Amino acid sequence: MIRLRRPGRRAALPYLLLLPALAVELLVHLVPMVVGILMSFKQLTQFTIRDWTTAPAAGTANYRMALDFNAPVGRALLDSFWTTCAFTLLSVGLSWLIGTTAAVLMQDAFRGRALLRAAFLLPYALPVFASVITWSFMFQRDTGLINHVLHDQLHLIGDKPFWLIGDNSFTALLTVSVWRSWPFAFLTLTAGLQNIPRELYEAAALDGAGVWQQIRRITLPSLRPVNQVLVLVLFLWTFNDFNTPFVLFGKAAPKAADLISVHIYQASFVTWNFGAGSAMSVLLLLFLLLVTAGYLFATNRRRGADD
Amino acid sequence: MRTQRPAALPMAAGIALATALTLTTTACGGGSTTAGSDSSPKTLTYWASNQGTSLDNDKQVLEPELKKFEQQTGIKVDLEVIPWSDLLNRILAATASGQGPDVLNIGNTWSASLQATGALLPFDQAAFARIGGKDRFLPAAVASAGAVGKDPAAVPLYSMAYGLYYDKTLFQAAGIANPPTTWDELVADGKKLTTGSQYGLAIEGGNVSENVHNAFMLGLQHGTGFYDTSGKPQFDSPQAVAAVKQYVDFIAADKIAAPGDAEYAANQSVTDFATGKAAMLMWQAAGPSLKSHGMNPDDYGVASIPVPAGATGSQATTSMVAGINLAVFKNTHNLDGALDFVKFMTGDDEQKILNSSYGSLPPVRSVEADPAFATPELKTLAGVLQNSAAPLPQVASESQFETLVGTAVKNLLAAAAAGQPVTDATVKSELTKAQQQMPAG
Repeated sequence: MIRLRRPGRRAALPYLLLLPALAVELLVHLVPMVVGILMSFKQLTQFTIRDWTTAPAAGTANYRMALDFNAPVGRALLDSFWTTCAFTLLSVGLSWLIGTTAAVLMQDAFRGRALLRAAFLLPYALPVFASVITWSFMFQRDTGLINHVLHDQLHLIGDKPFWLIGDNSFTALLTVSVWRSWPFAFLTLTAGLQNIPRELYEAAALDGAGVWQQIRRITLPSLRPVNQVLVLVLFLWTFNDFNTPFVLFGKAAPKAADLISVHIYQASFVTWNFGAGSAMSVLLLLFLLLVTAGYLFATNRRRGADD
Repeated sequence: MRTQRPAALPMAAGIALATALTLTTTACGGGSTTAGSDSSPKTLTYWASNQGTSLDNDKQVLEPELKKFEQQTGIKVDLEVIPWSDLLNRILAATASGQGPDVLNIGNTWSASLQATGALLPFDQAAFARIGGKDRFLPAAVASAGAVGKDPAAVPLYSMAYGLYYDKTLFQAAGIANPPTTWDELVADGKKLTTGSQYGLAIEGGNVSENVHNAFMLGLQHGTGFYDTSGKPQFDSPQAVAAVKQYVDFIAADKIAAPGDAEYAANQSVTDFATGKAAMLMWQAAGPSLKSHGMNPDDYGVASIPVPAGATGSQATTSMVAGINLAVFKNTHNLDGALDFVKFMTGDDEQKILNSSYGSLPPVRSVEADPAFATPELKTLAGVLQNSAAPLPQVASESQFETLVGTAVKNLLAAAAAGQPVTDATVKSELTKAQQQMPAG
């Protein structure tokens, strides 16, 4: 005989099973975020950090300091913000371009393809610290490989430039960043390309479409969902990248390469002003949420129009 | 469902960032977070600073000594050697979370700053009595272990001072008989020694700490300690501007240091000196490093760092009081063991072994006169420490001062290296900016 369960209990079960996930979500994401927001309204220095709950309230002072673009702290934050925007746009754009080109070129089977693919993923597999510190040695003015090749061997430049200090540090940082992130674009797009039915290309070829038309009409539209996620993820990772600039430049990055995550780190940990650092983090979080929401809204609407 | 997945990403990323920045220092790497204090009386955790030529070298030096301690007391010490770039952040994270090692090394310049957090055990009469008494230590070294009028937050472990290292062979080749004693002489000698790819002086321009140590020493020579008598920062006083400009001018105007020095941050200037690319170097306890680079102790001499002609009193300061202190984390669950360990490390035998391994000076009176420390280099440095060294400002905001002024000097050196003009006005504007970044209160 089959025993019937009471409908009420049955309906509760899925929620019961969700509970552990909910608890973890609360612990891992929500609690730290709330703590961070609370901290941004406090005067938090090395004197008060031990018991931050009893630290004196700061009201909106931390936010006013971060947003006062006429004072040194706010102005430096704004400069760093624009630097990060330019850096992110260039880095994501180049990584995407290189990744797409490589993925399309590697579609056709040829001898050594597997080996080449594996080599492409090398930057992704290396520990960040090891690879970036190697770059920093290569970028040294007098003893580095970059100047040696550009100046001594290829004679492309007349004078040995500095890469790790001054304005060139932006180029150095961009180079390392693109080197690190394009393999991810390549990997994702390769997976995406394999999902496009071959028949589409065969049919298009029969109809007389050339390579460019095939890319424009079949490849890119089919990749759109993949690209949507890819660009968003790359954007967030690059915008928040801490490891690359920190290993490359140390705790005081040159002005031209002063990315916002290192800048906030410096504002909070180096000057021991944790309240101000929290306020800057919250501002950054708000900005990223806004950009992401806008991006998703725009891309979804476009997709809706296509359907 | 389609849109929910990506929407979670910015949240996660943003929160991760906010968390990383407000709660921990995970972002700056540094390996495992040792759960420090424990209730077991048979173990201790010890964070050692990087004193040797590498982290591994430190382990090789310290581990046999920790074994000895274990044999004597039955207490096992878990050692973690932490690079300087991470140490302050790790200590701070430990302070904020209350989870730290039992015993740790701190740079003595941070003593007052870390004392202010209240996380370190104060060495009062009783605590000092447990480790053999305050009188065992040199007074100058104890003075750099906390603010005036308070119980020290740590005890001195290794002492160091800056000296002027000069290459005897290169000096002889340039026809210079004696090391310079005034800055005018140093610059004149430096110009004679700068030829082709060889430079008169090597500096570590990308290293924030080296920059601030030199700025502080030059500041006193010009008549400012970067703080006024009431403890308020005055980073951009005319004297401070003159001091910093003098340092930056080694690259900018005198051209006796290589422009490439501006990006050095990993002890490349020591390598340059050891390999004959530079004839002079201002450094603390460089002996072991120079040896590891293959330089024979007979090939170089050590003198006091120059002073302005005719300087007396604090204007004749030639070094900061450099050194490493040993502190006990207040939250330790093994206070007895921790104090035993401090006593062991500051005992005569260990002081001899450790300081001779690291090329530093023992801050303990009974060991000071040991023949192991009677080399010409160490005798010079001991004399500096005794006669012409001053501790960095023992104020709570010292660590901010160190980073902000050190960074300002780094920026100015970078500008000079790139050939941009460095004037009193540019120096002042960088220092003013540093001062304005000091958090109020």
